[in-house]
Amino acid sequence: MKLKEQKSREFLELICIVCPLGCSLSVTKSDDRIRVRGGCKKGEKYVKEEITNPRRVVTTTLRIKNGVWPRVPVRTSSPFPRDKIPELMKFLSSLEVEAPQKRGEVIAKNLLGEGVDLVVTRTIERKE
Amino acid sequence: MAAALSSWEAGAKSVFLLERNEYLGGILPQCIHPGFGLQIWGEELTGPEYAEIFIEKLNRTGVEAMTDTAALELTPERIVKAVNPQGAWEIKANSIILSMGCRERTRGMLQIPGYRPAGIFTAGLAQYLVNIAGYLPGKDIVILGSGDIGLIMARRLTLEGARVKMVVEIKNSLSGLVRNYVQCIQDFNIPLLFSHTVTEVRGKERVEAVVISEVDEEGNPLSGGEREVECDTLLLSVGLIPENELSRQAKIPLSPQTGGPWVDEDFSTDLEGFFACGNVASVFDLVDYVTLVAERAGRAAVLARPPQEKHILRAGEGVHTVIPQRIREGKDGFLFIRPQKSMKGVTVSFWEREKIFYQKKISICRPSEMIKLDLAQIPWPQEKGEIKVEIKGTEIQGIS
Repeated sequence: MKLKEQKSREFLELICIVCPLGCSLSVTKSDDRIRVRGGCKKGEKYVKEEITNPRRVVTTTLRIKNGVWPRVPVRTSSPFPRDKIPELMKFLSSLEVEAPQKRGEVIAKNLLGEGVDLVVTRTIERKE
Repeated sequence: MAAALSSWEAGAKSVFLLERNEYLGGILPQCIHPGFGLQIWGEELTGPEYAEIFIEKLNRTGVEAMTDTAALELTPERIVKAVNPQGAWEIKANSIILSMGCRERTRGMLQIPGYRPAGIFTAGLAQYLVNIAGYLPGKDIVILGSGDIGLIMARRLTLEGARVKMVVEIKNSLSGLVRNYVQCIQDFNIPLLFSHTVTEVRGKERVEAVVISEVDEEGNPLSGGEREVECDTLLLSVGLIPENELSRQAKIPLSPQTGGPWVDEDFSTDLEGFFACGNVASVFDLVDYVTLVAERAGRAAVLARPPQEKHILRAGEGVHTVIPQRIREGKDGFLFIRPQKSMKGVTVSFWEREKIFYQKKISICRPSEMIKLDLAQIPWPQEKGEIKVEIKGTEIQGIS
Protein backbone atom coordinates (compact mmCIF):
# COMPACT_ATOMS: atom_id res chain seq x y z
CA MET A 1 0.00 0.00 0.00
CA LYS A 2 1.31 3.36 -1.03
CA LEU A 3 1.08 6.26 1.34
CA LYS A 4 -0.86 9.18 -0.01
CA GLU A 5 1.18 12.28 -0.50
CA GLN A 6 0.64 14.62 2.45
CA LYS A 7 -0.26 18.09 1.28
CA SER A 8 0.42 21.10 3.46
CA ARG A 9 -2.94 22.27 4.75
CA GLU A 10 -3.94 25.12 6.94
CA PHE A 11 -7.23 25.72 8.72
CA LEU A 12 -8.58 29.17 9.47
CA GLU A 13 -11.70 30.48 11.16
CA LEU A 14 -12.76 33.82 9.73
CA ILE A 15 -15.76 36.01 10.36
CA CYS A 16 -17.31 37.35 7.18
CA ILE A 17 -17.74 41.12 7.13
CA VAL A 18 -19.43 41.49 3.75
CA CYS A 19 -22.81 42.15 5.32
CA PRO A 20 -24.19 42.59 8.87
CA LEU A 21 -24.99 38.87 9.21
CA GLY A 22 -21.36 38.13 10.18
CA CYS A 23 -21.27 34.46 9.16
CA SER A 24 -18.54 32.19 10.56
CA LEU A 25 -16.44 30.77 7.76
CA SER A 26 -14.21 27.72 7.98
CA VAL A 27 -11.35 28.02 5.57
CA THR A 28 -9.06 25.22 4.41
CA LYS A 29 -5.94 26.41 2.66
CA SER A 30 -4.13 23.75 0.64
CA ASP A 31 -1.17 24.26 -1.66
CA ASP A 32 -3.19 25.15 -4.67
CA ARG A 33 -6.60 26.21 -3.48
CA ILE A 34 -8.71 27.78 -0.80
CA ARG A 35 -11.90 26.04 0.31
CA VAL A 36 -14.56 27.92 2.20
CA ARG A 37 -17.42 26.47 4.21
CA GLY A 38 -20.32 28.49 5.58
CA GLY A 39 -21.55 31.82 4.24
CA CYS A 40 -22.48 32.73 0.68
CA LYS A 41 -20.76 33.32 -2.68
CA LYS A 42 -19.82 36.85 -1.61
CA GLY A 43 -18.25 35.39 1.52
CA GLU A 44 -16.10 33.04 -0.54
CA LYS A 45 -14.79 35.96 -2.57
CA TYR A 46 -14.16 37.90 0.62
CA VAL A 47 -12.06 35.10 2.13
CA LYS A 48 -9.87 34.81 -0.96
CA GLU A 49 -9.20 38.53 -0.87
CA GLU A 50 -8.82 38.66 2.90
CA ILE A 51 -6.06 36.05 2.79
CA THR A 52 -4.15 37.40 -0.18
CA ASN A 53 -4.81 41.17 -0.11
CA PRO A 54 -7.05 42.51 2.67
CA ARG A 55 -8.91 45.68 1.71
CA ARG A 56 -11.33 48.00 3.47
CA VAL A 57 -13.55 50.87 2.46
CA VAL A 58 -12.10 53.86 4.29
CA THR A 59 -14.40 56.63 5.49
CA THR A 60 -13.24 59.82 7.15
CA THR A 61 -13.80 63.57 7.03
CA LEU A 62 -11.83 66.41 5.45
CA ARG A 63 -11.48 70.03 6.46
CA ILE A 64 -13.75 72.20 4.34
CA LYS A 65 -13.39 75.96 3.92
CA ASN A 66 -16.45 78.22 3.93
CA GLY A 67 -18.85 75.33 4.47
CA VAL A 68 -21.96 75.40 6.66
CA TRP A 69 -20.17 72.62 8.57
CA PRO A 70 -16.40 72.46 9.22
CA ARG A 71 -16.01 68.85 7.99
CA VAL A 72 -17.08 67.03 4.85
CA PRO A 73 -17.42 63.24 5.06
CA VAL A 74 -15.76 61.16 2.34
CA ARG A 75 -15.29 57.51 1.38
CA THR A 76 -13.00 55.55 -0.89
CA SER A 77 -14.68 54.59 -4.17
CA SER A 78 -13.77 50.95 -3.57
CA PRO A 79 -11.93 48.99 -0.85
CA PHE A 80 -8.40 50.23 -0.22
CA PRO A 81 -5.38 48.07 0.80
CA ARG A 82 -5.70 47.68 4.56
CA ASP A 83 -2.00 47.93 5.32
CA LYS A 84 -1.73 51.32 3.65
CA ILE A 85 -4.63 52.92 5.56
CA PRO A 86 -2.37 54.78 8.07
CA GLU A 87 -0.43 56.28 5.17
CA LEU A 88 -3.70 57.23 3.47
CA MET A 89 -4.97 58.95 6.63
CA LYS A 90 -1.79 60.98 6.83
CA PHE A 91 -2.21 62.11 3.25
CA LEU A 92 -5.91 62.96 3.73
CA SER A 93 -5.23 65.06 6.82
CA SER A 94 -3.17 67.37 4.61
CA LEU A 95 -6.09 67.98 2.24
CA GLU A 96 -8.45 70.91 2.52
CA VAL A 97 -11.34 71.48 0.19
CA GLU A 98 -13.59 74.43 -0.54
CA ALA A 99 -17.40 74.50 -0.16
CA PRO A 100 -19.75 73.76 -1.83
CA GLN A 101 -19.21 70.02 -2.24
CA LYS A 102 -21.81 67.70 -3.64
CA ARG A 103 -22.47 64.10 -2.64
CA GLY A 104 -21.04 61.64 -5.18
CA GLU A 105 -18.36 63.93 -6.54
CA VAL A 106 -14.79 62.66 -6.77
CA ILE A 107 -12.62 64.89 -4.62
CA ALA A 108 -9.23 63.18 -5.15
CA LYS A 109 -8.15 60.61 -7.72
CA ASN A 110 -5.91 57.54 -7.63
CA LEU A 111 -5.09 57.70 -3.89
CA LEU A 112 -1.43 56.75 -3.25
CA GLY A 113 -1.36 55.31 -6.77
CA GLU A 114 -3.73 52.49 -5.77
CA GLY A 115 -6.35 53.27 -8.40
CA VAL A 116 -8.94 54.15 -5.75
CA ASP A 117 -10.67 57.55 -5.68
CA LEU A 118 -12.12 59.64 -2.85
CA VAL A 119 -15.84 60.44 -3.01
CA VAL A 120 -17.89 63.04 -1.11
CA THR A 121 -20.72 61.46 0.92
CA ARG A 122 -22.57 64.54 2.16
CA THR A 123 -23.49 67.70 0.32
CA ILE A 124 -22.03 70.67 2.17
CA GLU A 125 -23.36 74.05 1.07
CA ARG A 126 -21.34 77.23 1.10
CA LYS A 127 -21.75 79.46 4.12
CA GLU A 128 -23.30 82.81 3.14
CA MET B 1 -38.44 60.68 6.56
CA ALA B 2 -39.41 57.18 5.37
CA ALA B 3 -42.73 57.45 7.21
CA ALA B 4 -43.43 60.94 5.83
CA LEU B 5 -42.63 59.75 2.32
CA SER B 6 -44.82 56.69 2.47
CA SER B 7 -47.69 58.74 3.97
CA TRP B 8 -47.38 61.13 1.07
CA GLU B 9 -47.24 58.32 -1.47
CA ALA B 10 -50.29 56.70 0.15
CA GLY B 11 -52.27 59.85 -0.60
CA ALA B 12 -52.08 62.01 2.53
CA LYS B 13 -53.25 65.57 1.80
CA SER B 14 -50.72 67.21 4.04
CA VAL B 15 -47.74 65.83 5.91
CA PHE B 16 -45.69 67.80 8.40
CA LEU B 17 -42.30 66.52 9.50
CA LEU B 18 -41.07 68.19 12.69
CA GLU B 19 -37.33 67.93 13.37
CA ARG B 20 -35.63 69.33 16.46
CA ASN B 21 -32.20 69.27 14.85
CA GLU B 22 -30.82 71.76 12.32
CA TYR B 23 -30.72 69.05 9.66
CA LEU B 24 -32.79 66.02 8.68
CA GLY B 25 -31.61 62.43 9.06
CA GLY B 26 -31.21 62.15 12.83
CA ILE B 27 -28.05 60.27 13.70
CA LEU B 28 -27.29 59.24 10.09
CA PRO B 29 -25.25 62.27 8.95
CA GLN B 30 -22.72 61.61 11.72
CA CYS B 31 -22.50 57.87 10.93
CA ILE B 32 -19.98 58.34 8.14
CA HIS B 33 -19.07 54.62 8.00
CA PRO B 34 -20.54 52.26 5.40
CA GLY B 35 -23.04 49.49 6.09
CA PHE B 36 -26.41 51.13 5.52
CA GLY B 37 -28.88 50.04 2.85
CA LEU B 38 -27.62 46.50 2.24
CA GLN B 39 -30.89 44.86 3.24
CA ILE B 40 -33.27 47.09 1.29
CA TRP B 41 -31.20 48.32 -1.65
CA GLY B 42 -28.47 45.69 -1.84
CA GLU B 43 -25.98 48.53 -1.85
CA GLU B 44 -23.66 49.58 0.93
CA LEU B 45 -24.01 53.28 1.71
CA THR B 46 -22.66 55.55 4.41
CA GLY B 47 -25.06 57.27 6.82
CA PRO B 48 -24.88 60.72 5.17
CA GLU B 49 -25.57 59.16 1.75
CA TYR B 50 -28.52 57.16 3.06
CA ALA B 51 -30.00 60.27 4.68
CA GLU B 52 -29.41 62.46 1.66
CA ILE B 53 -31.19 60.02 -0.68
CA PHE B 54 -34.26 60.36 1.55
CA ILE B 55 -33.91 64.14 1.77
CA GLU B 56 -33.85 64.33 -2.03
CA LYS B 57 -36.92 62.09 -2.31
CA LEU B 58 -38.70 64.20 0.28
CA ASN B 59 -37.88 67.40 -1.61
CA ARG B 60 -39.77 66.05 -4.61
CA THR B 61 -43.00 65.70 -2.57
CA GLY B 62 -45.31 68.15 -0.84
CA VAL B 63 -44.11 67.05 2.61
CA GLU B 64 -43.48 70.10 4.78
CA ALA B 65 -40.22 69.39 6.60
CA MET B 66 -39.58 71.84 9.45
CA THR B 67 -36.09 71.67 10.93
CA ASP B 68 -35.05 73.54 14.10
CA THR B 69 -38.53 72.75 15.33
CA ALA B 70 -39.04 71.24 18.77
CA ALA B 71 -42.33 69.51 19.58
CA LEU B 72 -42.98 70.48 23.19
CA GLU B 73 -46.40 69.09 23.86
CA LEU B 74 -48.56 66.28 22.59
CA THR B 75 -52.16 65.64 23.62
CA PRO B 76 -54.27 62.45 23.29
CA GLU B 77 -56.50 64.49 20.93
CA ARG B 78 -53.55 64.64 18.50
CA ILE B 79 -52.62 68.28 18.96
CA VAL B 80 -48.91 69.02 18.71
CA LYS B 81 -47.44 72.22 20.11
CA ALA B 82 -44.07 73.10 18.64
CA VAL B 83 -41.67 76.04 18.54
CA ASN B 84 -39.08 77.15 16.04
CA PRO B 85 -37.33 80.45 15.18
CA GLN B 86 -40.44 81.52 13.21
CA GLY B 87 -42.69 81.20 16.27
CA ALA B 88 -45.00 78.83 18.09
CA TRP B 89 -47.16 76.32 16.24
CA GLU B 90 -50.21 74.30 17.08
CA ILE B 91 -51.07 71.51 14.68
CA LYS B 92 -54.13 69.25 14.87
CA ALA B 93 -53.50 66.03 13.01
CA ASN B 94 -55.63 63.06 11.96
CA SER B 95 -52.68 60.76 12.54
CA ILE B 96 -49.42 61.26 14.36
CA ILE B 97 -46.35 59.14 13.70
CA LEU B 98 -43.86 59.20 16.55
CA SER B 99 -40.29 58.93 15.29
CA MET B 100 -38.25 60.58 18.02
CA GLY B 101 -35.65 57.80 17.98
CA CYS B 102 -33.66 57.00 21.07
CA ARG B 103 -31.02 58.48 23.31
CA GLU B 104 -27.87 57.07 24.79
CA ARG B 105 -27.54 55.80 28.31
CA THR B 106 -25.26 58.05 30.32
CA ARG B 107 -22.74 57.78 33.14
CA GLY B 108 -25.40 58.87 35.61
CA MET B 109 -27.49 55.83 34.71
CA LEU B 110 -24.52 53.52 35.34
CA GLN B 111 -23.67 55.25 38.61
CA ILE B 112 -19.91 55.05 38.15
CA PRO B 113 -18.30 56.62 41.24
CA GLY B 114 -15.82 59.50 41.02
CA TYR B 115 -15.70 63.24 40.40
CA ARG B 116 -17.30 64.81 37.37
CA PRO B 117 -14.24 65.70 35.31
CA ALA B 118 -14.21 66.71 31.66
CA GLY B 119 -13.54 63.83 29.28
CA ILE B 120 -16.57 61.56 29.74
CA PHE B 121 -18.68 61.28 26.61
CA THR B 122 -21.35 59.01 25.25
CA ALA B 123 -20.03 57.37 22.08
CA GLY B 124 -22.64 59.10 19.92
CA LEU B 125 -21.70 62.53 21.24
CA ALA B 126 -18.04 61.80 20.52
CA GLN B 127 -19.09 60.75 17.02
CA TYR B 128 -20.88 64.07 16.51
CA LEU B 129 -17.83 65.98 17.75
CA VAL B 130 -15.41 64.16 15.46
CA ASN B 131 -17.49 63.79 12.31
CA ILE B 132 -19.65 66.91 12.23
CA ALA B 133 -18.15 69.54 14.52
CA GLY B 134 -14.53 68.58 13.84
CA TYR B 135 -13.13 68.13 17.35
CA LEU B 136 -11.12 65.23 18.77
CA PRO B 137 -12.56 64.54 22.26
CA GLY B 138 -9.29 63.15 23.68
CA LYS B 139 -6.01 61.38 23.03
CA ASP B 140 -5.89 58.33 25.34
CA ILE B 141 -9.22 56.64 25.30
CA VAL B 142 -11.03 53.85 27.13
CA ILE B 143 -14.37 52.72 25.75
CA LEU B 144 -16.94 51.11 28.02
CA GLY B 145 -19.38 48.87 26.17
CA SER B 146 -18.97 46.93 22.96
CA GLY B 147 -22.08 48.34 21.30
CA ASP B 148 -21.85 49.28 17.65
CA ILE B 149 -21.24 52.99 18.16
CA GLY B 150 -18.47 52.15 20.64
CA LEU B 151 -16.76 49.80 18.18
CA ILE B 152 -17.15 52.25 15.31
CA MET B 153 -15.70 55.04 17.45
CA ALA B 154 -12.73 52.86 18.46
CA ARG B 155 -11.75 52.73 14.79
CA ARG B 156 -12.66 56.33 14.04
CA LEU B 157 -10.59 57.73 16.91
CA THR B 158 -7.65 55.47 16.05
CA LEU B 159 -7.72 56.69 12.45
CA GLU B 160 -7.78 60.28 13.70
CA GLY B 161 -4.63 59.70 15.74
CA ALA B 162 -5.97 58.97 19.22
CA ARG B 163 -4.86 55.90 21.20
CA VAL B 164 -7.73 53.61 22.09
CA LYS B 165 -6.31 51.70 25.03
CA MET B 166 -9.11 49.18 25.36
CA VAL B 167 -12.75 48.40 24.99
CA VAL B 168 -14.33 47.01 28.15
CA GLU B 169 -17.52 44.92 28.04
CA ILE B 170 -19.44 43.90 31.14
CA LYS B 171 -21.07 40.89 29.44
CA ASN B 172 -19.22 37.78 28.30
CA SER B 173 -20.15 38.40 24.67
CA LEU B 174 -20.10 41.16 22.08
CA SER B 175 -22.92 43.75 22.17
CA GLY B 176 -22.40 45.06 18.64
CA LEU B 177 -22.28 43.42 15.23
CA VAL B 178 -19.49 40.91 14.55
CA ARG B 179 -18.42 42.71 11.38
CA ASN B 180 -17.79 45.81 13.44
CA TYR B 181 -15.61 43.77 15.78
CA VAL B 182 -13.52 42.52 12.85
CA GLN B 183 -13.14 45.85 11.08
CA CYS B 184 -12.89 48.16 14.07
CA ILE B 185 -11.16 46.15 16.81
CA GLN B 186 -9.27 43.26 15.18
CA ASP B 187 -7.91 45.39 12.30
CA PHE B 188 -6.32 47.82 14.77
CA ASN B 189 -5.28 45.33 17.47
CA ILE B 190 -7.35 47.07 20.12
CA PRO B 191 -7.72 44.97 23.30
CA LEU B 192 -11.32 43.98 24.09
CA LEU B 193 -11.98 42.74 27.61
CA PHE B 194 -15.14 40.73 28.28
CA SER B 195 -16.65 40.42 31.79
CA HIS B 196 -15.07 43.69 32.89
CA THR B 197 -16.46 47.11 33.72
CA VAL B 198 -15.35 50.57 34.82
CA THR B 199 -15.83 50.94 38.56
CA GLU B 200 -14.26 54.35 39.14
CA VAL B 201 -13.32 57.49 37.26
CA ARG B 202 -10.16 59.23 38.56
CA GLY B 203 -9.31 62.90 38.02
CA LYS B 204 -10.96 66.12 39.13
CA GLU B 205 -10.71 68.62 36.27
CA ARG B 206 -10.04 66.13 33.50
CA VAL B 207 -10.21 62.34 33.43
CA GLU B 208 -6.79 60.99 34.48
CA ALA B 209 -7.53 57.28 34.73
CA VAL B 210 -10.31 54.75 35.12
CA VAL B 211 -10.39 51.70 37.34
CA ILE B 212 -11.56 48.54 35.64
CA SER B 213 -12.72 45.44 37.47
CA GLU B 214 -13.63 41.93 36.53
CA VAL B 215 -17.29 41.07 37.11
CA ASP B 216 -19.18 37.89 37.96
CA GLU B 217 -21.94 36.39 35.84
CA GLU B 218 -24.48 38.85 37.21
CA GLY B 219 -22.24 41.79 36.37
CA ASN B 220 -21.20 42.51 39.98
CA PRO B 221 -17.56 43.65 40.32
CA LEU B 222 -15.26 41.09 41.96
CA SER B 223 -12.98 42.56 44.57
CA GLY B 224 -9.25 42.09 44.14
CA GLY B 225 -9.33 42.18 40.35
CA GLU B 226 -9.16 45.97 39.95
CA ARG B 227 -6.57 47.76 37.93
CA GLU B 228 -5.98 51.35 36.92
CA VAL B 229 -5.83 52.36 33.27
CA GLU B 230 -4.44 55.81 32.51
CA CYS B 231 -6.51 57.77 30.01
CA ASP B 232 -7.89 61.26 29.42
CA THR B 233 -11.21 60.20 27.96
CA LEU B 234 -13.92 57.66 28.71
CA LEU B 235 -16.50 56.85 26.05
CA LEU B 236 -19.73 55.11 26.98
CA SER B 237 -21.46 52.79 24.53
CA VAL B 238 -23.80 51.17 26.99
CA GLY B 239 -27.18 51.04 25.39
CA LEU B 240 -29.96 53.15 23.97
CA ILE B 241 -33.35 54.09 25.35
CA PRO B 242 -36.36 55.00 23.19
CA GLU B 243 -37.20 58.66 23.73
CA ASN B 244 -40.81 58.76 24.85
CA GLU B 245 -41.42 61.89 26.94
CA LEU B 246 -44.03 63.11 24.44
CA SER B 247 -45.63 59.66 24.20
CA ARG B 248 -46.10 59.69 27.98
CA GLN B 249 -47.69 63.14 27.78
CA ALA B 250 -50.17 61.86 25.23
CA LYS B 251 -50.86 58.88 27.54
CA ILE B 252 -49.78 56.28 24.99
CA PRO B 253 -49.30 52.91 26.73
CA LEU B 254 -45.61 51.93 26.82
CA SER B 255 -43.97 48.51 26.99
CA PRO B 256 -41.55 48.03 29.89
CA GLN B 257 -39.48 45.66 27.72
CA THR B 258 -38.78 47.96 24.78
CA GLY B 259 -39.33 51.28 26.56
CA GLY B 260 -41.48 52.32 23.62
CA PRO B 261 -45.20 52.16 22.81
CA TRP B 262 -46.88 48.78 22.29
CA VAL B 263 -47.40 48.49 18.56
CA ASP B 264 -48.98 46.12 16.03
CA GLU B 265 -47.61 45.13 12.62
CA ASP B 266 -48.72 48.50 11.21
CA PHE B 267 -46.79 50.16 14.02
CA SER B 268 -50.04 51.51 15.31
CA THR B 269 -49.94 52.15 19.08
CA ASP B 270 -52.67 51.25 21.56
CA LEU B 271 -53.98 54.82 21.33
CA GLU B 272 -56.04 55.43 18.20
CA GLY B 273 -54.44 57.69 15.61
CA PHE B 274 -50.92 57.34 17.02
CA PHE B 275 -48.18 55.35 15.31
CA ALA B 276 -44.59 54.79 16.36
CA CYS B 277 -41.79 53.79 14.04
CA GLY B 278 -38.13 52.99 14.36
CA ASN B 279 -36.12 53.38 17.52
CA VAL B 280 -38.83 55.24 19.42
CA ALA B 281 -40.77 51.95 19.44
CA SER B 282 -37.82 49.62 20.06
CA VAL B 283 -34.11 49.98 19.43
CA PHE B 284 -33.32 48.41 16.04
CA ASP B 285 -29.84 47.39 14.95
CA LEU B 286 -30.18 48.17 11.25
CA VAL B 287 -31.40 51.40 9.71
CA ASP B 288 -32.87 49.29 6.90
CA TYR B 289 -35.30 47.72 9.37
CA VAL B 290 -36.20 51.17 10.72
CA THR B 291 -37.00 52.24 7.17
CA LEU B 292 -39.13 49.13 6.53
CA VAL B 293 -41.27 49.64 9.62
CA ALA B 294 -41.50 53.40 9.07
CA GLU B 295 -42.91 52.78 5.61
CA ARG B 296 -45.58 50.55 7.11
CA ALA B 297 -46.42 53.15 9.75
CA GLY B 298 -46.61 55.86 7.11
CA ARG B 299 -49.12 53.93 4.99
CA ALA B 300 -51.17 52.82 7.99
CA ALA B 301 -51.38 56.39 9.29
CA VAL B 302 -53.21 57.37 6.08
CA LEU B 303 -55.53 54.35 6.13
CA ALA B 304 -56.38 54.99 9.81
CA ARG B 305 -58.23 51.69 10.24
CA PRO B 306 -60.53 51.40 13.25
CA PRO B 307 -59.18 49.54 16.29
CA GLN B 308 -59.82 45.78 16.51
CA GLU B 309 -58.95 42.86 18.72
CA LYS B 310 -55.36 41.67 18.36
CA HIS B 311 -53.05 38.87 19.37
CA ILE B 312 -50.73 39.87 22.19
CA LEU B 313 -47.15 38.60 21.95
CA ARG B 314 -45.15 37.97 25.12
CA ALA B 315 -41.39 37.52 25.34
CA GLY B 316 -40.80 34.04 26.78
CA GLU B 317 -37.60 32.18 27.64
CA GLY B 318 -34.51 33.40 25.78
CA VAL B 319 -36.29 36.41 24.30
CA HIS B 320 -35.28 39.95 25.20
CA THR B 321 -37.89 41.77 23.13
CA VAL B 322 -40.40 41.15 20.39
CA ILE B 323 -41.58 43.93 18.14
CA PRO B 324 -44.42 44.33 17.24
CA GLN B 325 -46.08 43.00 20.38
CA ARG B 326 -49.58 43.08 18.87
CA ILE B 327 -50.72 41.21 15.78
CA ARG B 328 -53.78 42.62 14.05
CA GLU B 329 -54.04 40.18 11.15
CA GLY B 330 -50.56 38.76 10.62
CA LYS B 331 -51.07 38.73 6.85
CA ASP B 332 -48.10 40.92 6.01
CA GLY B 333 -45.34 42.78 7.80
CA PHE B 334 -42.47 41.61 9.95
CA LEU B 335 -41.69 40.33 13.39
CA PHE B 336 -38.38 41.26 15.00
CA ILE B 337 -37.13 39.16 17.88
CA ARG B 338 -34.10 40.10 19.95
CA PRO B 339 -32.55 37.11 21.73
CA GLN B 340 -31.14 37.41 25.25
CA LYS B 341 -27.97 35.45 24.52
CA SER B 342 -25.72 34.30 21.70
CA MET B 343 -26.81 30.79 20.77
CA LYS B 344 -26.21 28.05 18.19
CA GLY B 345 -28.76 25.56 16.85
CA VAL B 346 -31.61 27.89 17.61
CA THR B 347 -35.33 27.07 17.62
CA VAL B 348 -37.89 29.87 17.82
CA SER B 349 -41.22 28.58 19.12
CA PHE B 350 -44.65 30.20 19.18
CA TRP B 351 -46.98 29.04 21.95
CA GLU B 352 -50.74 29.42 22.14
CA ARG B 353 -51.73 28.38 25.65
CA GLU B 354 -49.92 25.03 26.18
CA LYS B 355 -49.41 24.27 22.50
CA ILE B 356 -46.65 25.14 20.04
CA PHE B 357 -48.24 26.18 16.74
CA TYR B 358 -45.14 27.30 14.85
CA GLN B 359 -41.41 26.65 15.01
CA LYS B 360 -38.55 28.09 13.07
CA LYS B 361 -34.96 26.82 13.11
CA ILE B 362 -32.01 29.20 12.79
CA SER B 363 -28.32 28.29 12.84
CA ILE B 364 -27.12 31.16 15.03
CA CYS B 365 -28.49 34.16 16.94
CA ARG B 366 -26.89 37.04 18.80
CA PRO B 367 -28.35 39.77 21.03
CA SER B 368 -26.89 42.37 18.65
CA GLU B 369 -28.90 41.07 15.72
CA MET B 370 -32.66 40.90 15.67
CA ILE B 371 -34.19 37.82 14.10
CA LYS B 372 -36.51 39.03 11.33
CA LEU B 373 -39.50 36.85 10.41
CA ASP B 374 -42.22 37.36 7.82
CA LEU B 375 -45.58 37.50 9.57
CA ALA B 376 -47.27 35.78 6.62
CA GLN B 377 -45.14 32.65 7.21
CA ILE B 378 -46.64 32.13 10.64
CA PRO B 379 -50.02 30.31 10.84
CA TRP B 380 -51.65 32.64 13.37
CA PRO B 381 -54.46 31.05 15.41
CA GLN B 382 -58.04 32.01 14.50
CA GLU B 383 -58.97 33.15 17.95
CA LYS B 384 -57.24 36.30 19.20
CA GLY B 385 -55.32 35.79 22.42
CA GLU B 386 -51.99 35.67 24.13
CA ILE B 387 -49.00 34.16 22.32
CA LYS B 388 -45.64 33.39 23.86
CA VAL B 389 -42.43 33.52 21.83
CA GLU B 390 -39.50 31.43 23.04
CA ILE B 391 -35.91 30.92 21.85
CA LYS B 392 -33.87 27.86 22.75
CA GLY B 393 -30.37 26.83 21.72
CA THR B 394 -26.83 26.18 22.90
CA GLU B 395 -25.23 29.23 24.47
CA ILE B 396 -22.00 30.55 22.95
CA GLN B 397 -19.53 32.99 24.49
CA GLY B 398 -16.98 35.47 23.19
CA ILE B 399 -17.03 36.75 19.63
CA SER B 400 -18.93 34.25 17.53
